[in-house]
Amino acid sequence: MKITKAEVLHVAHLARLDIGDSDVDRLAGQIGTILDYVDTLKQVDTTGVPATSHAITLTNAFREDELQSHLDPEAALANAPEKDDGAFAVPKVI
Amino acid sequence: MKLHELTIAQASGLLKNKEITSVELTRAILDRIEAVDGRVGAYLTVDADGAMAQAKAADQRLADGDAAPLTGIPLGIKDLICTQGLRTTCASKILENFIPPYDATVISRLKNAGAVIVGKLNMDEFAMGSTTEHSGFQVTRNPWNLDRIPGGSSGGSAAAVAADMCLGALGSDTGGSIRQPASHCGVVGIKPTYGRVSRFGLVAFASSLDQIGPLGKTVADCAIMLDAIAGHDPRDSTSVPEPVPTFSAIAENGLSDVVVGIPREYSSAHGLDPQVGAAVERAVKTIESLGARCIEVSLPHTDYAVAAYYVIAPSEASSNLARYDGVKYGFRDRTQTDLLQMYRSTRTQGFGPEVQRRIILGTYALSAGYYDAYYGKASQIRTLIKNDFQTAFASCDAIISPVAPTPAYPIGETLDDPLTMYLSDIFTLSANLAGIPGISVPCGFSDDGLPIGLQIMGRHFNESMLFQIARQFERAATLTDKKPLL
Repeated sequence: MKITKAEVLHVAHLARLDIGDSDVDRLAGQIGTILDYVDTLKQVDTTGVPATSHAITLTNAFREDELQSHLDPEAALANAPEKDDGAFAVPKVI
Repeated sequence: MKLHELTIAQASGLLKNKEITSVELTRAILDRIEAVDGRVGAYLTVDADGAMAQAKAADQRLADGDAAPLTGIPLGIKDLICTQGLRTTCASKILENFIPPYDATVISRLKNAGAVIVGKLNMDEFAMGSTTEHSGFQVTRNPWNLDRIPGGSSGGSAAAVAADMCLGALGSDTGGSIRQPASHCGVVGIKPTYGRVSRFGLVAFASSLDQIGPLGKTVADCAIMLDAIAGHDPRDSTSVPEPVPTFSAIAENGLSDVVVGIPREYSSAHGLDPQVGAAVERAVKTIESLGARCIEVSLPHTDYAVAAYYVIAPSEASSNLARYDGVKYGFRDRTQTDLLQMYRSTRTQGFGPEVQRRIILGTYALSAGYYDAYYGKASQIRTLIKNDFQTAFASCDAIISPVAPTPAYPIGETLDDPLTMYLSDIFTLSANLAGIPGISVPCGFSDDGLPIGLQIMGRHFNESMLFQIARQFERAATLTDKKPLL
């Protein structure tokens, strides 16, 4: 198989996803099929070809460092699952 | 006169001449949604009160003689474009209750133009899919045949326009997500050049490929909508400060100066349905009869576009979707007391199977030891694909192809077979990789009455050429009067 169950579980951990035992086989199979297909890219000689990360030539967009309006904290926190004293609250870390 | 059947251009004229009001028009659209959306399933949220209030304000503007072409026109919005105070879910459980605190730039521009926003339209979750079956909430059905997919990911947008549940809609296109559902639902849809329309407030899927664009009943309607939303925006540093022509001033002087390229690789493409091939061949003849010169061109790296895309898009997605962690907005599994487990459980419960599949694929492609072999290689192939188009456009003004290899297929057919669904994007996703504009315009029907679309692609920032060819073709093909029976 192109991608092992252990690799699927490792990558799922990196992506912060829990993959149940019953789903690992199915996912490994589906992703393996996709990776096999992606391997056709190896047929192309790309020696010396530069990579494209954006199709349009972009230049840095500079602006003056001036104070601008921004969301007020209450609006920014309005969708927070949990908040406390003007901050996002999360389970205890330490 | 059925108000919901009007085009934007027609309704705009009637509104300006005070023959109808926006309140009447908006009421007619809300009634139409009430009557048919139970069967189609295009809308995730209908904002009836908000729409009626906007309609009243539009009528005031019309009375004051301060109207723009979209003033008082009811539009639907794909549910990944942020609307202040109006729920925006991306069709994902993880954003089920998300109320944006700001408007996307395209929404501000529509509101400034006086458009009426009726509601938010269904899609594949986070725009990942070609069928709209991958919505976290509901399946949308094709108005032409309720057992078929409407296409995706902007399936709600295309179905709502086709079923007269709005006069026009906004969608987004990362690999064909405007053009393919437009083709399947018999409407017009354009993906503008990358950078032509601001992505500020568009929930990101693959940032180097995503672009917002309109879907409408006619080519002219799409041009009117693009006029309203296009242009540089300081809040999106990838939006381009190029001059924006008036797209709705479509050149009507025939196509005698136009050279159209037909890619030789496309006729032998994997899975091309003979009926689609025949409809496109007929369309080419029509376009020739309008005066255009048709030549063969070559896009030699066509066969590698799907593979390159399904590395690049999931890679960008895996990075973009890292923000959904149950902290700042959206769903959180509140039963978890450990931070790491809270992240994992929130994301696992919040994301659907197709989104999880792409996150894992993208994370794998970007992970240590695989980056060069997958993402690096795909980005080089992307250069070759871009160069193919550049070479072809040295000898032609536009390229013509099918949009989707088949007409809309039955609901459920590719649910467990993601690769087959991905392969159906073969004709559309090259335009995203190359950043060029593409339009889908209806060009015929299959034997069983399903719409077939024609794709026209052009040079960077030359949407006007696409509108010109599509408009002339649309007039010659006379398909716009045909409506689905609902």
